Amino acid sequence: MTDQPTIDPKDDLTERMASVRRGDVSATARLEQVLSEIERRGETLNAYHETLETSARATAADVDERIAQGGDTGPLAGAIIAIKDNICTTEGRTTCSSRMLEHYRSPFDATVIRRLRDADAILVGKTNLDEFAMGSGSEHCAWGPVRNPWSTDRVPGGSSGGSAAAVAADLCDAALGSDTGGSIRQPAALCGVVGLKPTYGRISRYGLVAFGSSLDQIGPICRSVRDASLLYSVLAGEDPHDATTAELPVETWTEDMRPTPDQLRIGVPREVRGADHHPGISEMLERTIQRLQDAGVSIVEIDLPLTEQGISTYYVIAPAEASSNLSRYDGIRYGHRADPIPGEGLEDLYARTRTEGFGPEVRRRIMLGTYVLSAGYYDAYYKRALQVRRLIREEFDRAFRQCDLIMGPTTPGPAFRIGSEQDPVSAYLNDVYTVNANIAGIPAISIPAGETVDDDVSLPVGLHLQAPAFEESRLFGAGATIESILTG
Amino acid sequence: MVQNDSPEPADPSLTLEDVSKVARLSRLKLDADALDAARVDLNAILEHVAMIGRIDVDGVAPMPRPLDTVNRLAEDEPGPTLDRSVVLDLAPVIEGDFIAVPKVLGEGGA
Repeated sequence: MTDQPTIDPKDDLTERMASVRRGDVSATARLEQVLSEIERRGETLNAYHETLETSARATAADVDERIAQGGDTGPLAGAIIAIKDNICTTEGRTTCSSRMLEHYRSPFDATVIRRLRDADAILVGKTNLDEFAMGSGSEHCAWGPVRNPWSTDRVPGGSSGGSAAAVAADLCDAALGSDTGGSIRQPAALCGVVGLKPTYGRISRYGLVAFGSSLDQIGPICRSVRDASLLYSVLAGEDPHDATTAELPVETWTEDMRPTPDQLRIGVPREVRGADHHPGISEMLERTIQRLQDAGVSIVEIDLPLTEQGISTYYVIAPAEASSNLSRYDGIRYGHRADPIPGEGLEDLYARTRTEGFGPEVRRRIMLGTYVLSAGYYDAYYKRALQVRRLIREEFDRAFRQCDLIMGPTTPGPAFRIGSEQDPVSAYLNDVYTVNANIAGIPAISIPAGETVDDDVSLPVGLHLQAPAFEESRLFGAGATIESILTG
Repeated sequence: MVQNDSPEPADPSLTLEDVSKVARLSRLKLDADALDAARVDLNAILEHVAMIGRIDVDGVAPMPRPLDTVNRLAEDEPGPTLDRSVVLDLAPVIEGDFIAVPKVLGEGGA
């Protein structure tokens, strides 16, 4: 058998759950198949930190029994879901791929986990990620990098690389990721699957280990746009445990709400179309624009002059918030603690604990954040970045007066080789097309847009769609229409 | 006239001494090689970040959160909390019913 991924949006979570409900196959049989594949490919891909076999088997058996008896089942009955290992689960560990939390077992479930359980989803395991979700390649991992199922010497993207690789390699039906600057969409693009970052405040962050609190959102990585919509409908909504969740009702999107191509008015930023990215990305964008226009979609040229400045803005705001959020790891209440040295004071214990517990990229971002927040530099960096943030937000507001959605590539290139990016600035530039959605809080989705050849290897590339805040339905509608044009 | 109260980031060129101070504020203990590597990386990043200094932000209100959300306060009522034994199980070192830490007050009475 070949291990080359095949992503058919018709063979998705929605269809697979339907086959379980019809009785064509049992949830248990599907789970056993997935567990044996995880076992077979575990070492190669390193997508999972651990599987949650006992509870997964119990849930599958329960779902099978209820289906056999004609009982009620939840909207995700039979769905096999992987969880990024920075989302708290009472089963298994929640390590954030960090020595700091190597043995950490959460005493509570994140709100998204509770919602998945209530919907009868089977939680199959915890997936590998860049330490504390800081990275774009899933290389900064305490226990080795994740490998891209399309080409195992390439990165799967990051930081939700384990989740994206697991979906692409069919080691689950769908997965949860978290996205602070592109960490769901970028790996989804590099692994040829769908990834959704919802509007800030749409999905509860309670139980998501905090990185950048004004940027973080949990979202699904899956095989089709309708799967993203289904998972979103289960996950989204107000949560008393997260005061930043929106009080607005969650609208339900169904496939019959799909727009016809001639109803779509899509903006393509001049700054993105003319950018200096990998030739395969320019080719994908032009090819996609042509196919959409041929199908009747109206393409509008728009201006987003602050596109490139997003990275500079992001790399002030995100490390500033990270340095504050990660100050809690001091070795006292939970997590790693350095071995005692007689006569050592508390401050020294904190410092040794943190230096041992955090990897190089996390330490770098903590220092960067500490610097931009320090006396004398706060106004020049942090305050100014927050002002630019407003300008970016206003730029989106103006653009959305000209079009319903903004389209571009998700990434500036296909998956790069593991170990090929050594300097932090070039690594950060991988997020150039995704960070602005986090800065402005708007929803965005990456959908597969074919493949490109890089050094004789065929690799997937992603198309990025952004919509105004709380307009996820637009992403699902346009995304589903574009998905069928591109795969049709 | 609107006063620009966010100065442009000056040429950072952090010295080893600067980086050492940032490491201390970050509660990290880096050796000389690690400090020098951090100096190179931070300077490269800050040089890129300096791009925001060229954007006109006069009169623009800072936006700490992406959406104009209103602060919501929960009722000040007791609710369920984690059991003491659960919390103690998480702690790396305990003594009886307490989390153990090194001596905080030095002999000089810090």
